[in-house]
Order: sequence, then C-alpha cells, then structure tokens
Amino acid sequence: MNQIAIKMLVGDLAKYFGILLGIGFAALLITQQSSIFTGLMSRTFAFVDDTSLPDLWVTDPEVQYLDELEPMQSTALDRVRGVPGVAWAVPMYKSLLRGRLPNGTFRSVIVVGLDDATLIGGPPKMIEGQLGDLRRSDGVILDEVSANTRLNSWSAYDADGKPAKDATRIPMKVGDVLQINDRRAVVVGLCQVSRTFQSQPVIYTTYSRALSYAPPERKQLSLILAKAVHGVDHGELAQRITAATSLRARTKAQMSWDTVMYYVKNTGIVINFGIAVLLGFLVGVAIAGQTFYNFTLDNLRYFGALKAMGGSNWLLLRMVLLQALLAGVVGYGLGVGAAALFGMRVQGTELAFRMTWHIPAISAAAVALICALSSIVSMIKVIRLEPAVVFRG
Amino acid sequence: MAEPVRLAVATDGVTKVFGRGGNAVHALRGAFLEVPYGELVMLVGPSGCGKTTLISILAGILDRTEGRCEVLGVDPQAMSQGALTRWRGQNIGFVFQQFNLIPTITVAENVAVPLLLQGQARRRALAAAEAALERVGIADKRHSRPTQLSGGQQQRVAIARALVHEPRFVVCDEPTSALDADNGQLVMELLAEIAVQGDRALVVVTHDSRVFHFADRIVRMDDGRVVDTRTQIADRTARQHSESP
Ligand SMILES: Nc1ncnc2c1ncn2[C@@H]1O[C@H](COP(=O)(O)OP(=O)(O)OP(=O)(O)O)[C@@H](O)[C@H]1O
Ligand SMILES: [Mg+2]
Repeated sequence: MNQIAIKMLVGDLAKYFGILLGIGFAALLITQQSSIFTGLMSRTFAFVDDTSLPDLWVTDPEVQYLDELEPMQSTALDRVRGVPGVAWAVPMYKSLLRGRLPNGTFRSVIVVGLDDATLIGGPPKMIEGQLGDLRRSDGVILDEVSANTRLNSWSAYDADGKPAKDATRIPMKVGDVLQINDRRAVVVGLCQVSRTFQSQPVIYTTYSRALSYAPPERKQLSLILAKAVHGVDHGELAQRITAATSLRARTKAQMSWDTVMYYVKNTGIVINFGIAVLLGFLVGVAIAGQTFYNFTLDNLRYFGALKAMGGSNWLLLRMVLLQALLAGVVGYGLGVGAAALFGMRVQGTELAFRMTWHIPAISAAAVALICALSSIVSMIKVIRLEPAVVFRG
Repeated sequence: MAEPVRLAVATDGVTKVFGRGGNAVHALRGAFLEVPYGELVMLVGPSGCGKTTLISILAGILDRTEGRCEVLGVDPQAMSQGALTRWRGQNIGFVFQQFNLIPTITVAENVAVPLLLQGQARRRALAAAEAALERVGIADKRHSRPTQLSGGQQQRVAIARALVHEPRFVVCDEPTSALDADNGQLVMELLAEIAVQGDRALVVVTHDSRVFHFADRIVRMDDGRVVDTRTQIADRTARQHSESP
C-alpha cells in the first residue's frame, strides 16, 4: 500500500505542488534567513579570521568587542612578552580615522598598524604589490573592494562638486595619494580582506606610521597579538596572561565569540532575523498544513473504502505519514536547494550569506515539525473515520 | 428439500438507533433477514427505510443497537476491532453506487487493493487483479486510470475489486443507479453470474425495477422492517428467455 499512498499524493498534482510550495517556502525562508544572519555575524569577527597567525588577542580589560578598542600603555607589550608560554607578542594599532580622498571628500577608514619589524597581522591576500612595500615612505595598503567603491573618484564632477551625470568610477590605485588626518599616505598595494560588519574601508600600514596618523594620545596600543609556545594550551595561556598582567587575553575563538555576542546583545538583529524565521515556519505550517488537510479530506471517501475493505487504522496512519514524509523530504530539498542556489549567486557580493551545516539541520527539524503538525489533524480525521461512510453519498 | 438450507446471513430483531433523546432516528425497528449461500437477494423499499443501514450492519462496518446477527457463521459485533477489520478484508466484498475507485492509481492497482490490504505481495496481487479484470471483461483497461473509463466500465472494475479476494459475502448498494439501462443489465449479469458460483451470497440494494429479474429473492423493507420476502425461483431462467427471443 506504500506505493499506492505515494501515488495518491503525487497523482493530485495541484495539491501536491501546494504542499511542496508551503514546505519548500518555509525551508527556503528559514535556511536563507539563518544563513544571512550567520553571514552577518561572521563579518563581525572577519578581522579575527583574517589575522590568522597569532593565537591570542590581548586588550585592555575594559574592551568588550573588536570594534571598540580601549588603548593600552605601550609597556603592556613587554608585560605580555614576559609571561611564560608566550612565544612572541607584537603590537597592533586599529582605529577608525578620518581619511581625505584625492577629490577632497572625507571617509571614515579603519587604519590597521602592523608591527614595524615583522608586519605580523597583515591582510590574508595581496592583490597588487607586497606587504613589504609598507616599508616605503608613507606606504599604505588598501582593501581592493573599497578602492573600487567607497574610495573611488569620478571621471567628471558638476559645479556643486557632485559626480556628473554620466561620470564613470575611477578606482583608487597604486601610486594614488590620500590624506589621513592631514598626513600623506601613498597607496603601495591592494589587498583582499573579508568584508566587515560595518563595511568601512580597511587601510593597512606600519605601527609607527599608524601612530603618526592617529591623534596624539597618552595610550595608543590597541591590541597585542601573541603566539603560544608550541604545545601550550591557548585557553590556559590566556588565563595566565590575564592573571599576570590584568589585561584581557582571549583566544581567537573567544575573541570572535565576544564580538558576536556583543552584537547579539546590543542590537535587535537576533529578534529581526528570528521573526523572519518564525514567519517562514508559520507560513509553512499554514500553507502546507492547510493543503495537506484538504488533500486528506478529498481522499477521505477512499480512506473510508479502504477501511471497509479491511484496512486497519494503523495501515491508514502509515499511509498518511508516508505522504507527509514524502512531501516533507521533497519540499525540504527544494527549499534548501533554492537557498543554497541563492547563496551561490550572492557569493562575493555585498550580501552576507553563510550556510554552516547547522542551518540545513535546523531547517530539517523545522520541516519535520511542520509535517508533523500538518499531518496530525489529517491522522486524527482518518482514525475517527467510520467505515460506514462508504455507503453514504 | 431433504438438505437443510445453509445460511450465509441470519438476522432477527435487528434494530438501529442513530443519535439519542429527541434526535434519535430509528433506522431499523427489528429487521429479519436470512440469505442462503449461493443466493442473490435484492433489498428494495422506499428511501430512508433502512436498506443501507441493514447491509452496513451485515458487512460489519456498522454496529447494531439490538437483535441477533450472524454473518458467515460469526457475529461481527462480537469481534475485536482488529479482528473485525481483518474479517471484513477476507470475507466481504463491497460494491458502491459511486464506485469509489481511487482516481490516481491504475485500474489494476484499484482491483488489487483488497489483496494489498491483506499484506499480499504487489506482484501477486496485481496478477490476481488482472485475472479478476479478465472475468469482468475489461482486462485491456488494466493500465488506464479509472477516470478514463465510462461509468459502466468503472462499475465492472469495482466488481472485480469486490471479488478479487474471493469473499463469501458481497454487499452492493445501488450498483446500477449511476448507470444507463444497458450498463445496468451488464453489471447485474456479472453480479448474478458470480452469485451462483459456489458458496457466495450477495445482497444487492436497488431501486432499479429493470434488474429485479436477476434476483433469487426480493426482500421488501419499509420503515425499518422487512415486510415481504418473495422467492422467485424461476426468474433467472426467465431472464434468459427474455434475452433470447
Ligand atoms: N449516520 C446516521 N446518523 C443519523 N441518521 C442516519 C444515519 N444514517 C442513516 N440515518 C437515517 O436512518 C434512516 C435509514 O437510512 P438508510 O440510509 O439506511 O436508508 P435507505 O433505505 O438506504 O435510503 P435510500 O434508499 O435513500 O438510500 C434514514 O432516516 C436516515 O436519515
Ligand atoms: Mg441507501
């Protein structure tokens, strides 16, 4: 009877598509929204991901997350270097500064200053030029996407200084000069970075040059990047550094997590995406449940005949369950497939999309719940059905 | 008349009340019916007199309120739910006015359903279904959908389905009402042919006076009671005479 159950479902194409639409749409919405959420959240710690070499990130104890760093005194670096188990530690400057483009417009840029001697903490991938070019005078490296977009100039301007109507973009390129806090910066290379949450342009330079761009302050050391001696547990070392220096030492994973959690706690992002996911779920239940129930109602006289002809309740239940299962699996496949396709299409664009394995698993659970909720009403209907209905018109 | 008549159905004083209190409907008020094996009994009577109710009780798909009822030697109501379902699956054949063929599966699959419900393997069930379709003369339609068939053809499929598992008791509710005269005749001929085969008993509810001559007996009901049982021994031959002028 399994085959017959399947044919009953698939044979009624209009209803079958209706059910698939409901489940597929729910799976799509849940998967896609969760992936965008995950993608956005990953961007908050993209900088940590990009900076792969160090094991530990040390900051002022007040720091809660990556995008709001409280500078430390420069002596902190030596204190960290003195902790047993630390192989090396280098300084890093990271702050939002004001850049002035060649055409005179201002832009906020993230300036990252790398240890002059080692240049540790540089971008994950160079597109043009080399990291070592930072040693040339006034040298800076721009991230390529920003060079093409936020930092571009235009081929023509109108009287108000706005880009003219059919002006074309001129990307910033190697050799161009910009001002950062009125100090000269010469582009010596272009790099690729993971997109950040706030999407500001990232400008790499050396630590000492970054300090010369920065407004004069008593404390200027934003971050200390440290490497553990081989074999030393990172978590333990972080605790040891914290104990010895009363600075905040975090492993890479902890630093990422802190940052994500800061955004989760301090923005409405979780609620916003949560609502979208919940909506997808409810729409799925509504459409799929409704159509599935209609489908069962349409077939009730046949279920009645089957009961009269010797079909047990258990057998009919199995038929309904199988129908729900089939609709669920196919609808899930369509929905998650569509979401994955969407993800592939938006890869490398402004849109954040990251489908970790958890997400299809969560959608699968949601779809299973939708199918269960949809079929339960049908199952009750079938169980309650009196076989005597077969002789009633 | 030396041998005692063996009865497929024996009921006495069967009552059925639907609902209760002020809304109670007395569908049966003490029906008496005996159907010997090998007979085709027609149940006739005005609308609402309880015909469908009575055959539903006989077929074990409806519980009676009172009275005695033995079908194929057992009291359906005395069985557990599961046993009754199995008993129906093995012993009862159903023919409905509106055919009740599942539209999304093939004719052969429809006919195989009673065997599949009993857990028979699909291949064997389909083979038996084709043999049954052969007997009703539409084996060539086995791969069609029921909706592609005429009403008469659909009812023949339904008869094949009612017989595929060789039930010993077949109930039919208005099997010819949805059909034109010629198809009605054909369907009744098929049913009558089967009734005389072996130990099978048939009860056919009908309004259709054009097919009365197929009956071994006509049982008239009124207001929940059996009011008249006429045996018409000569009728089958009469039909044959009437068909060959
Ligand atoms: N499930 C039910 N609930 C309440 N009343 C019912 C139910 N089934 C049948 N009845 C009533 O029982 C009486 C007998 O019904 P039944 O269907 O047996 O008549 P019938 O002889 O088959 O009529 P028809 O020739 O119109 O089919 C009718 O008055 C009907 O309204
Ligand atoms: Mg009736």
